[in-house]
Amino acid sequence: MEIKESIIEKLKNRFPESVVEISDFRNDLSITVKKESLLDLAKFLKDDSELLFVMCKDITAIDWATRKNRFSTIYNIYSFHLNINLRLKVNIDIDPAKVNSVVEIWPSAEWYERETFDMYGIVFENHPDLRRMYMPEGFQYHPLRKDFPVLGIPGSLPLPQKPE
Amino acid sequence: MEKIQNVYTDEKLFKKLLDDKNVTLEDTLENEMVINMGPQHPATHGVLRLVLRLDGETVIKVVPELGYLHRGYEKMAENMSFIEFIPHTDRLDYTATLCNNVAYVLAVEKLAGIEAPARAQWIRMIMGELARIAAHMIAIGTFAMDVGAVTMVMWTFRERERIQEIFDRICGARFTTSYTRIGGVAADIDGEALRMIKDFLDTFEPGLKDMDHLMLHNRIFIERLEGIGVLSREDAISLGVTGPNLRASGVAYDVRRAKPYLFYDQVDFNIPTYSEGDCLARYFLRGDEVRESVKILYQCLDKLPQGEVMANNPKNVLPGKTEVYSKMEELIHDFMLINQGINPPVGDVYFSAENPKGELGFYIVSNGSGQPWKMKIHSPSFCNLQAVTKICTGAMISDVVAIIGSLDPVMGEADK
Repeated sequence: MEIKESIIEKLKNRFPESVVEISDFRNDLSITVKKESLLDLAKFLKDDSELLFVMCKDITAIDWATRKNRFSTIYNIYSFHLNINLRLKVNIDIDPAKVNSVVEIWPSAEWYERETFDMYGIVFENHPDLRRMYMPEGFQYHPLRKDFPVLGIPGSLPLPQKPE
Repeated sequence: MEKIQNVYTDEKLFKKLLDDKNVTLEDTLENEMVINMGPQHPATHGVLRLVLRLDGETVIKVVPELGYLHRGYEKMAENMSFIEFIPHTDRLDYTATLCNNVAYVLAVEKLAGIEAPARAQWIRMIMGELARIAAHMIAIGTFAMDVGAVTMVMWTFRERERIQEIFDRICGARFTTSYTRIGGVAADIDGEALRMIKDFLDTFEPGLKDMDHLMLHNRIFIERLEGIGVLSREDAISLGVTGPNLRASGVAYDVRRAKPYLFYDQVDFNIPTYSEGDCLARYFLRGDEVRESVKILYQCLDKLPQGEVMANNPKNVLPGKTEVYSKMEELIHDFMLINQGINPPVGDVYFSAENPKGELGFYIVSNGSGQPWKMKIHSPSFCNLQAVTKICTGAMISDVVAIIGSLDPVMGEADK
């Protein structure tokens, strides 16, 4: 408990404007931050000698479908020093669905961001190699968006021609 | 190789070759070649495709391409209830199905606030550790086979086969176990199964020793792997590598110790680590982990308590079949749970468990309905594969096979 409070305290002192929302559900701490201050905050979390969130475990997004800010990107980071998982959340709009890339801070983010781009169509700016991760090149849709049907869209994946 | 170098250093030879009209002097080593490895390649452990740029035999650049086994499990999870998704976790890391089952139900239980009875939790630990041994047996065997020691794979699969028989006895299936349920496990362990586990453990240790003798007195094997594919501690952390590969690079991070789930805080085991971070260290580490698993299993068998294997929580946990057929109340609950699913509170949780390949995490977002609003699978193979680019750059092409074997990715999990 104390560790979490000290993290929140630290972030609030350093970035009083940036922290939008803090939730602690089932002992999982997640902090929603403003899109503009993501990079500064991430750098601070990684480099501060008392926090040292050196490992980025996962990046993903949530499609809220009907909310005004349609997407949230989730950064799941871990500190060996404190032995704690922390989730950073950033709410972004669909137009433009853009957010700064954190590859410079956590190199492991490269593939996670590619996957998120593939699945949700969120563009990570300044990403070194933003290609699709799973879906084939030239696929036009982003499958994990809520408006993509589970059964797929007929004709979206070109199949090889039948031999005569 | 030497001959070609001689051509340039030895002036006489060079002149002679120049005069010879039948010889063309084109230095193949100066040319870069792009080679495509996989997706159908026996050494890539499934459908992993690597595009390599080679200078001679040295790898200059590697680009892994994933997605050949992408089945869209995250999308499917959003459209089925929590109970329905359990069989699909078998197909993630298909070498250690039970570990996936356990990790998934624990994540859902964390979200819904259910606690399984003690016996069920100990059984989950037993099954998880058995699955870990089975998965490491595959990892060790196929890794040795990749670098040319074909006998090893026969020996490890022989041991693994005995574990599969235990699974067959307990779960009714060898591979697609789907053994765990939300709030417990599907069936209790009987005395015969416990005896089989004990028999297996007693005879497994000598088998491991034999394997050690086979591999560690093999100079070719050692020299093939020592100092190859070094992943430094800093790189391992920054690239998000988890599991045995991280521990072989000197980070003593194990989810079972860092954030104990089930009853891992009540058993005594070590976390083996190596500081070298090369292929050989990763090989040794898996062997050490198997021994620790044996240690844990003995303790689990000692401590296994009597009791129920499903929690008594009618709103969230499926009732037993006999009650469903004989009692009205249970029938209604069963109907509601199957049709509408358990309705966990609104919120999001992340739960991770230590799998043979690394840290398998489930991030589940619930909007209060019977289906998850979003489920993200943090698969260890995916994260470990990201290190391939780093390790393989500068290695020889024949080492690429050894490196992939030592990282031990399972594409069913990496591609989701």
